[in-house]
Amino acid sequence: MASPMRIRAAAKDGVTEVRVLMAHVMETGQRKDSSGALIPAHFITELSARHNDKLVLSAQFGPSVSTNPYLAFKFNGGAKGDKLAVTWVDNKGDTRSDEVQIA
Amino acid sequence: MRKQFKAVALSLALAFAAPAFAQDELNFDAYREMLADGNPAELYEMEGEELWRTARGPKNATLEQCDLGLGAGVVPGAAAQLPRHFADTDRVQDLESRLMYCMETLQGIPSEQIIKGKFLKDERAKLAALVAYVVTHSNGEKIAIDLSHPKMKEMYALGEKAFYYRTGAMDFACSSCHSQDGKRIRATQLPNITKPEGAAAGWGSWPAYRVSNSQFWTMQHRLWDCFRQQRTAEPIFASDVTIALSVFMAGKGNGAEAVWPGVKR
Ligand code: HEC
Repeated sequence: MASPMRIRAAAKDGVTEVRVLMAHVMETGQRKDSSGALIPAHFITELSARHNDKLVLSAQFGPSVSTNPYLAFKFNGGAKGDKLAVTWVDNKGDTRSDEVQIA
Repeated sequence: MRKQFKAVALSLALAFAAPAFAQDELNFDAYREMLADGNPAELYEMEGEELWRTARGPKNATLEQCDLGLGAGVVPGAAAQLPRHFADTDRVQDLESRLMYCMETLQGIPSEQIIKGKFLKDERAKLAALVAYVVTHSNGEKIAIDLSHPKMKEMYALGEKAFYYRTGAMDFACSSCHSQDGKRIRATQLPNITKPEGAAAGWGSWPAYRVSNSQFWTMQHRLWDCFRQQRTAEPIFASDVTIALSVFMAGKGNGAEAVWPGVKR
């Protein structure tokens, strides 16, 4: 099962800054293990962020993104106490969603 | 091995192509600042916090009664005062060996399993996550280890001796690589550990997340790798010499601010 993300969201002057840390191996599918066998690709393909159920960011990820990705973005709006939810899906169909209240 | 040769070849090529990189041209501070925002060590910290509170092991107990030196269950500030002499074991213990002791006494998880284990695997990996959790709660604290106990004095002296002790295929000591100012290897500064600032820079920035291999390394892991770089015998996990070197570095760095967990190349 996928591990939890750490999400921070803070509103200031009508803009919300969101910072997300995801636990994921992000294997490219091009690396080999010590016995020379190819390590299968395993990476996040899609990510979305919702503010009170309204989509504010949708992104496509790929194998060039590092292990344990970090994503920071801002959107207009958002107030203290609002919900901010992030979901990712990977190429194996595994998914993880976490939610925080905007600070 | 092949990777290592490649790295050497590459650095030689770079050396010829761009002679004498000035240290400040690399702007280590900007690099660190960029890395520090979103340090993935936080993911390990979250795991460690969970582990601290989870009943585990043959005794099905949590670690919430573990005494890291400031009383049972007290985590904030504890790492800044480690290693220390513990009356209950009559030993000097660092964070790893103390956590290992708690896991054995409270949870019944045999220390042997961790000592004989591998870094980043099984119970040793869990121990590292616990380390991430504990040190995070001393972030920004001043390093404050108490050297007054005779056993601490003894360990400091042993650590100092080990630091200058030349051995191995290359006849290196720790001091061969860590006793000059302004040195670096690739994008890593090599602190001068013979000086308080250098000792504090080294001691006070590990454990750390390494972006080059996406791994979280404790100080025991850091030291193990430096023994390897020294081309000498692999130290036993949490053995006295590793704790002595830690007492030496922490003691020399006393009073400086710890940045825990660190983030490194
Ligand atoms: C052959 C050279 C070499 C020897 C010998 C050596 N080290 Fe290191 N040490 C390094 C390098 C290189 C790094 C940086 C590691 C990296 O980022 O890969 C380092 C990093 C460190 C750090 C962390 C510094 C920081 O600011 O991040 C500490 C602490 C340290 N070494 C202690 C020791 C101790 C104690 C010994 C003796 C047991 C030792 N080293 C022996 C090369 C050496």
